[in-house]
Amino acid sequence: MGFEKFLFFLFAIITLFSAGMVVTRRNPVHAALYLVLTFVATAALWLLIEAEFLGIVLVLVYVGAVMVLFLFVVMMLDIDVAAMRAQFIRYLPLGLLIVGLMMFNMILVLGPGHFGLEHFAKPAAAALDYSNTEVLGRELYTTYLYQFEIAAVILLVAIVAAIRLTLRRRPETKYLDPSAQVRVRKGPDRLRIVKMPTEPVPAPVSQAAAGGKNGDDQ
Amino acid sequence: MPFETAFLATVLPELILLATACAVLVLDLYLNDEQRGWNHNLAILGLAATLGTVGLLSNNGVTIAFSGSFIRDPFGDLLKGIILILTIFTFVYSRDYMRERGLWVGEYHVLVLFATLGMLIMVSAHSFLTLYLGLELLALCLYPLVAFDRDSKPGAEAAMKYFVLGALGSGMLLYGISMLYGATGSFGFADVAEVVNAEGLENKILVFGLVFVLIGVAFKFGAVPFHMWLPDVYQGAPMPVVLFLASAPKIAAFAMATRILIDSLGALQADWGEILMILAILSIGLGNVVAIAQTNIKRMLAYSTISHVGFIFLGLLAGTQEGYAAAMFYTVVYALMAAGAFGVLAMISINGLEVEQLDDLKGLNDRDAWLAAMLALMMFSMAGVPPAVGFFAKLLVLDAVVSVGLTWLAVVAVVFSIIGAFYYLRVIKLLYFDKAADSTPLRLAGDAKIAITVNGLAVLLLGIFPASLLGICNAAFSG
Repeated sequence: MGFEKFLFFLFAIITLFSAGMVVTRRNPVHAALYLVLTFVATAALWLLIEAEFLGIVLVLVYVGAVMVLFLFVVMMLDIDVAAMRAQFIRYLPLGLLIVGLMMFNMILVLGPGHFGLEHFAKPAAAALDYSNTEVLGRELYTTYLYQFEIAAVILLVAIVAAIRLTLRRRPETKYLDPSAQVRVRKGPDRLRIVKMPTEPVPAPVSQAAAGGKNGDDQ
Repeated sequence: MPFETAFLATVLPELILLATACAVLVLDLYLNDEQRGWNHNLAILGLAATLGTVGLLSNNGVTIAFSGSFIRDPFGDLLKGIILILTIFTFVYSRDYMRERGLWVGEYHVLVLFATLGMLIMVSAHSFLTLYLGLELLALCLYPLVAFDRDSKPGAEAAMKYFVLGALGSGMLLYGISMLYGATGSFGFADVAEVVNAEGLENKILVFGLVFVLIGVAFKFGAVPFHMWLPDVYQGAPMPVVLFLASAPKIAAFAMATRILIDSLGALQADWGEILMILAILSIGLGNVVAIAQTNIKRMLAYSTISHVGFIFLGLLAGTQEGYAAAMFYTVVYALMAAGAFGVLAMISINGLEVEQLDDLKGLNDRDAWLAAMLALMMFSMAGVPPAVGFFAKLLVLDAVVSVGLTWLAVVAVVFSIIGAFYYLRVIKLLYFDKAADSTPLRLAGDAKIAITVNGLAVLLLGIFPASLLGICNAAFSG
């Protein structure tokens, strides 16, 4: 119990610290990396409440896929850090005031006086052979089948919406259309045969060039 | 209870709508610009088929499917039917507007159809998880619809605001739901209701969850003080999208409020009633007063929406069967009026004119007398002038509030409605007594004219014979 509590506080402090750094870092790449640290520490907290599968998924999906993608985007964008900084300082006092008020309220309401262990007993630990991966999979495809299918529709909508909002035909970009390239035939597309009478050539030097022009590609 | 094939028959309307949306998505690939009308026809056909299936499956019983995730009851059937009819109206009204602006593409139909699917899912949700997923499906369709005109800066700004504030609202709702789950150990409305009946306010987590869920509901309705997104979104979005946004999703939001507050947290009515009272007074007051100062008609109607949301909350906070039925009646009627009013605005925004300012409505009577009459009818109805149905809806809500002893609240609501009547009547003055800058007659599509006539007659006839709709509303809450 004692060591578990120590781990909780350790990861909670790491989470809070790195979340604060995400907001305050000047360099967006650093902020993104601190966000990765926040996710990892949160995943550790989830492991502590016996949600092993979700903890691993958080690391795999968010840290492994989403954040790496996000880092690429951040590195490719040209962000004006100075302008963001000016806005930040301007709104800092107001933000601090709101955060202070919210903290005060939350400590009043959520403190141990109302939500302590004497009000809500700790749930019993799961059995050793309990696998929440298996239970999650079973529930997801039986009890929560309807919700699972709705989630699939939501993903489809996300694709349609993203394409609608961002896909544009841009005439200034030069690109190759592979299907058009493949379909090109030698006949009228690539090669044109022109019948013309032979011309008297004044100088013998250019005779080779004129002969090549009359095409032998039949 | 695992999956049974019989469940598929229960969700047949949703399946048909999903199939229609996917069919339009694929069909659009094979159409050129002149053939886009097929998207429109297929979408309307699918909606009509869905409507027919809802009617066929409808009976007085209650069917629960998918392990308590889905419920089909008379309440849901009525709201689904109205949502589908309003969506058909949306398509008919918006065709010429969208075609003229080059927005008449398959994605418009697909997104509106998916949004409708989300609303149907919300209406027949029987667990918090289903409700939340339906809400997200609706919201994720509405964000891109607001920014549908990609080259419009106000559209992009409105969509951004809507997205950020909508995500905040969803976050609040989700946080509340997680608290309720923590307190009750279940997502199902019936199971949550059981625990709430047994424990009531003794359970601190329940109170905490209730407050956040209420904030989420108020956000989605656009009640004061969570109304900031509404005027900006209405102003920035294309007119047909505002038409859609102002009508059908209000019905889905009402279903969400009913399912959460009455079906699962009914035992806490005294507590959420007090919170709703504050929201209702603020909404009616601020909505009606600020609307007077607006010169942009879309913003004016946005503030009008806020004040109507206050009236819907009045009916809910009464906490009686009569009050719930009145709130339902009000919601349905409001959605019809909003569809009609924005429908007229979308229909007259043709030939390069974009109706934005109140002055753009000047002398509409000289240009098209029938449309002006319909818009005037909607304005009379919103102001609450008999015999239009808006009067009757307000009367029912006020009656419910008075009968639970909150006479002062009814007086406040009436005073602000009278203040609000000014800006509705100003529109009528502009329509009939001012001269238009350009008085060439409008040339409008026949089906849109038929739709607006049906819409207007519904508002008028329901006002004269309200008993039929009221009977269904009462029956929905008598169980």
